[in-house]
Amino acid sequence: MPITITMPALSPTMTEGKLANWQVKEGDTVSSGDVLAEIETDKATMEVEAVDEGTIGKILIAGDTDNVAVNTPIAILLEEGEDASALEGYAVDAALPVASAAPEATPVAATPAVTSSSPAATPTQTSGRVFASPLARRIASNSGVDIAGVSGTGPRGRIVKADVEGFIASGGVSAASTAAQAPVAAAAAPVALPVGTTPPHAGDHTEIPLNGMRKTIAKRLTESKTTIPHFYLTVECELDNLLEMRKTLNAKSDEYKISVNDFIIRASALALKKLPAANAIWGGDKILQYKDIDISVAVAIDGGLITPVVKAADQKGLASISGEMKELASKAREGKLMPEEYQGGCFSISNLGMFGIKEFSAVINPPQSAILAVGAGAPRPVIKDGALAIATVMSVTLSCDHRVIDGSVGAELLQYFKGYIEEPLTMML
Amino acid sequence: MSDTNFDLVVIGSGPGGYVAAIRAAQLGLKSAVIEREHLGGICLNWGCIPTKALLRTADIYRNIQHAAGYGIKVEGATVDLEATVKRSRQVAAQLSGGVSGLLKKNKVTVINGHGKLAGSGKVEIDDNGKKSTVSAKHIILATGARARNLPGMEPDGKFIWSYREALVPDTMPKRLLVVGSGAIGIEFASFFNALGSEVTVVEVMDRVLPVEDADISAMAEKSFKKQGMKIMKGTTVTELKKSANDVTATFKDKKGKTSNGTFDRVIMAVGIVGNVENIGLEGKKIKVDRTHIEVDEFSRTGEAGVYAIGDLTGPPWLAHKASHEAVICVEKIAGQKDVHPLVVQNIPGCTYCHPQVASVGLTEEAAKAAGRDIKVGKFPFIGNGKAIALGETEGMIKTIFDSKTGELIGAHMIGAEVTELIQGYGIAKTLETTELELMHSVFPHPTLSEMMHESVLDAYGRVIHM
Ligand SMILES: Cc1cc2nc3c(=O)[nH]c(=O)nc-3n(C[C@H](O)[C@H](O)[C@H](O)COP(=O)(O)OP(=O)(O)OC[C@H]3O[C@@H](n4cnc5c(N)ncnc54)[C@H](O)[C@@H]3O)c2cc1C
Repeated sequence: MPITITMPALSPTMTEGKLANWQVKEGDTVSSGDVLAEIETDKATMEVEAVDEGTIGKILIAGDTDNVAVNTPIAILLEEGEDASALEGYAVDAALPVASAAPEATPVAATPAVTSSSPAATPTQTSGRVFASPLARRIASNSGVDIAGVSGTGPRGRIVKADVEGFIASGGVSAASTAAQAPVAAAAAPVALPVGTTPPHAGDHTEIPLNGMRKTIAKRLTESKTTIPHFYLTVECELDNLLEMRKTLNAKSDEYKISVNDFIIRASALALKKLPAANAIWGGDKILQYKDIDISVAVAIDGGLITPVVKAADQKGLASISGEMKELASKAREGKLMPEEYQGGCFSISNLGMFGIKEFSAVINPPQSAILAVGAGAPRPVIKDGALAIATVMSVTLSCDHRVIDGSVGAELLQYFKGYIEEPLTMML
Repeated sequence: MSDTNFDLVVIGSGPGGYVAAIRAAQLGLKSAVIEREHLGGICLNWGCIPTKALLRTADIYRNIQHAAGYGIKVEGATVDLEATVKRSRQVAAQLSGGVSGLLKKNKVTVINGHGKLAGSGKVEIDDNGKKSTVSAKHIILATGARARNLPGMEPDGKFIWSYREALVPDTMPKRLLVVGSGAIGIEFASFFNALGSEVTVVEVMDRVLPVEDADISAMAEKSFKKQGMKIMKGTTVTELKKSANDVTATFKDKKGKTSNGTFDRVIMAVGIVGNVENIGLEGKKIKVDRTHIEVDEFSRTGEAGVYAIGDLTGPPWLAHKASHEAVICVEKIAGQKDVHPLVVQNIPGCTYCHPQVASVGLTEEAAKAAGRDIKVGKFPFIGNGKAIALGETEGMIKTIFDSKTGELIGAHMIGAEVTELIQGYGIAKTLETTELELMHSVFPHPTLSEMMHESVLDAYGRVIHM
């Protein structure tokens, strides 16, 4: 049966674009990977590649047509053995969607490809056979990684050792959780700034090549923001009791120096312990609720950031959390973290308080489902017993993955957190 | 020259340069190659090919000497050095002519003369004083390398030879000193030793063929000694003193003890230096590290539109590395899809001495130093039917796997024809096979390649014929 080629979505937010030109004409034979057409959006020009092989039976939308809605059939491909007669009576298999139609409707028939020829991760395949080297498969299975969730950079997008190792090193989604997520991640890969395209307004500039960390940050956070339904909850916590207690504790010994952040790590861990529903990640066709409470803490390092993990943070006292965090942070800055020290983790904390940031919202660190963005604690006016008073207040914003954590669950988590922070003695129980 | 505007101009026509020009032409780029000497570079004219032609003579002579063992009586076989060298030169000339034909067929413009970057996409050519200029959107530097000289021991064309003189010897040295036991030094040592010279090899490192796996080095050394070579390891040459008829070398060993030896000829094989001089690098954003140009994974230099490949860039300094880099560099320039950087660990290296040596990937030592948990397999030639039938029972094949993932980390071979076998492991590495695919592959019987199978089986305690 003839295959309908539809207008692809070059990014998850794209609803329409310009079909700039056709690189093939009716009657041309194409095989998978051949460039069919060029599509322009306000952001970039990209090539549409053939996914299937066959003969171009009919071009439905001519080149140089503006405002073509995503998923509009643009051409019909005849499969091997079919001739033009197959087109007769063949109805294009979708009502023409209007430009405002939701872009995520059906998977598009053609894969948008970046114009550059660099071996950046190509979305390997959205279904069916996964092309991967035997070694890549072995490493994936040893590490409990579902190979289908890894993007390939080898010949023709084949998944090679380096891809799996990179995936694991960047804290890749482990085990079963990737199964259903994979196609989404793959389809969303070539978004926003395609590799090799020059951004608009390219004036005099310095070109900074991407290092591995930058690539990972770009890939994973784009994936996060575009595939995870984020929502945000902000709460204010009074810090005075905590600061008082911190002062007392720190005065007791020179062996430790507990920071506010150490309290935040412990409070988060205890809150998660009270609310196992929030200590979970999205597994495609299931939710995986974790038993251990491992907290990732974002540490800014030269050229990027990394999230070392305080494991079983609910079972550790403030002094040991503090000592561990110092060691992890200094290792992180020296680039000496071992993979097991930054992989895993079910909840992240990002603290920009030291820069005087009042409040902000953070991007979830996949495959996790929540991240706590911590602002600066500062004296602010508050109403106490009906009168204006001054308290040291810290705003925290929780970003949640709505697939896993509903609004009420997120709110409950923050309530527990706030409780611990404002009455730090309860953290000692 | 009629045309002066090109998409791509390559300076140097070695296996890096001419392959770049041909691939570019295939991809529709208008390309030219500039050569100041012979088409084909060192490889075809003064390197890989003529040495192999000489070594073929050594093999045949060796076989004739052992003919009786195969039931053939041969008497009075002697080597005609002049005819041997003549054949080697003919082979080189034939291939150089072949390159000329290939370039023509692909419509690559060949420009004679010395090429030099002249700024803003221009290359200046000096053909014995006759100057001209061409422009190109892209320029690839592929000027190769030459022998490294040690001060006071420079080749003099008479007693002290570099590979150039050693390839066209006018006399069979009775006593020959080879300084350096890398691939080039050992190949010449092997050749002259087979033809009857008394050969001494001096090596500063504590083993011969120092880049190879230690087990292979040890077996090679044992074999060379059995063939009559003298091997001095951990030793340097501090002085070469020439007299009317010979050269006296002063050696210094690790403990500082000195000794002397007198030789008719000395071959210096202590490495190479890149040809970075007089090619217009001055004032460009091109970085040079110890005579080699620094490039990124697609052979780009710091200067936009200027690339460098082959011996002019970093190791390994091998012809097939130069050619492969050429293809990658040009495909990237032409905007091809699916271009991947060269994986250095998948590049095989071969030495065509007797017995031959070939390897790919990490040595056992390097694998351990990299913290890999490994499994090692070894299989000796003596356990292989074909090797026994050939009368080539010296040698072994060693394989190194990652014990957790089954990755083939390295393969190391010594023995007859191993230079023809190593590609099998090269493909395995490139395809990222594990031990399982290698075990499941069927190797034809009886062949030497069966040892490649057995070595893998041995790494997993499943060897059959041992
Ligand atoms: C004795 C010997 C044996 C070897 N055996 C082997 C082997 O068995 N296997 C193997 O893989 N490798 C071998 N090599 C190494 C191999 O020859 C080199 O790795 C290979 O030739 C490098 O190719 P290239 O294209 O980078 O440079 P080259 O082959 O060196 O070619 C460079 C060319 O550029 C020309 N040139 C230089 N400067 C200019 C200029 N300014 N303008 C115009 N032309 C210029 C030179 O005349 C030369 O023709 C051997 C080398 C030697 C010396």
